[in-house]
Amino acid sequence: MNWTWFHKWGSPKWFYEMSGRWLPWLAVAAVLLLAVGLVWGLAYAPPEKYQGNSYRIIYIHVPAAFLAQSCYLMMAIAGAVGLIWKMKLADVALQQAAPIGAWMCFIALVTGAIWGKPTWGTYWIWDARLTSMLILLFLYFGIIALGNAISNRDSAAKACAVLALVGAVNIPIIQKSVEWWNTLHQPATFKITGKASMNAEMWLPLLIMVLGFYCFFGAVLLMRMRLEVLRREARARWVKDEVAGLVKAGSK
Amino acid sequence: MSFASFGEFLAMGNHGPYVWSAYGISLLVLALNVVLPILARRRYLQDEARRLRREEAK
Repeated sequence: MNWTWFHKWGSPKWFYEMSGRWLPWLAVAAVLLLAVGLVWGLAYAPPEKYQGNSYRIIYIHVPAAFLAQSCYLMMAIAGAVGLIWKMKLADVALQQAAPIGAWMCFIALVTGAIWGKPTWGTYWIWDARLTSMLILLFLYFGIIALGNAISNRDSAAKACAVLALVGAVNIPIIQKSVEWWNTLHQPATFKITGKASMNAEMWLPLLIMVLGFYCFFGAVLLMRMRLEVLRREARARWVKDEVAGLVKAGSK
Repeated sequence: MSFASFGEFLAMGNHGPYVWSAYGISLLVLALNVVLPILARRRYLQDEARRLRREEAK
């Protein structure tokens, strides 16, 4: 197998150049998908038989919950790559993804609570799914706090990578919580095998919103990572040239 | 379109406050996630510009 694609990620310069090319496409895709998904989900999808129109909250709740978990998995993988191959970019990705993941987790919890009031009659209960999502939010806080508290960059990277890996145990627990315990939360709507428990008029806009959230995450993560690369590599010749160019373009 | 009028769309069949507050908070958070990194980048470049000018003056 050819591993050159993997070695390229070891070069911050290569990442900076490539991400500059990907970023506009991701941003445009995110805006288009989110706009289409929002209008479709809010105005055109049919109301649900039992929940009426409150179910429309799932068009942000489900994508945010998916992303909160995927983001954590990505951070765990980045943590493993950083520990094994000492790749600097992996730590940049881990640190910069954490606040986005925390915000996504926040959206999932808040929208879920708002939806719960008219549907379950309560904003919050200590249900397995809800509690494991709250633990995910605290794991994000832990990683952010740990990254900020340790001033030595290598030690901070190692500590955050370990916490990301250990905390990943929570992800299958979130996934399986609705099967393992008697929860109020409904089981998954989408299954890899078998039919979705929703008709197409409802899940198509949901799928678009999920894709939109992933593109949004990609675009914001690249934005944050590019700035962090400039900061960390400030002594490199190519960064000095790049920053000088950006400063000159900005002062015009 | 699953609503007969704009008023009905806003009302969301008595679930208006729930639906709109959920969407409002979420869109605010998404906007914050875009604006904060852009401001951080601008601040960084302004600091760098100041530093470069100082170095040139020396």
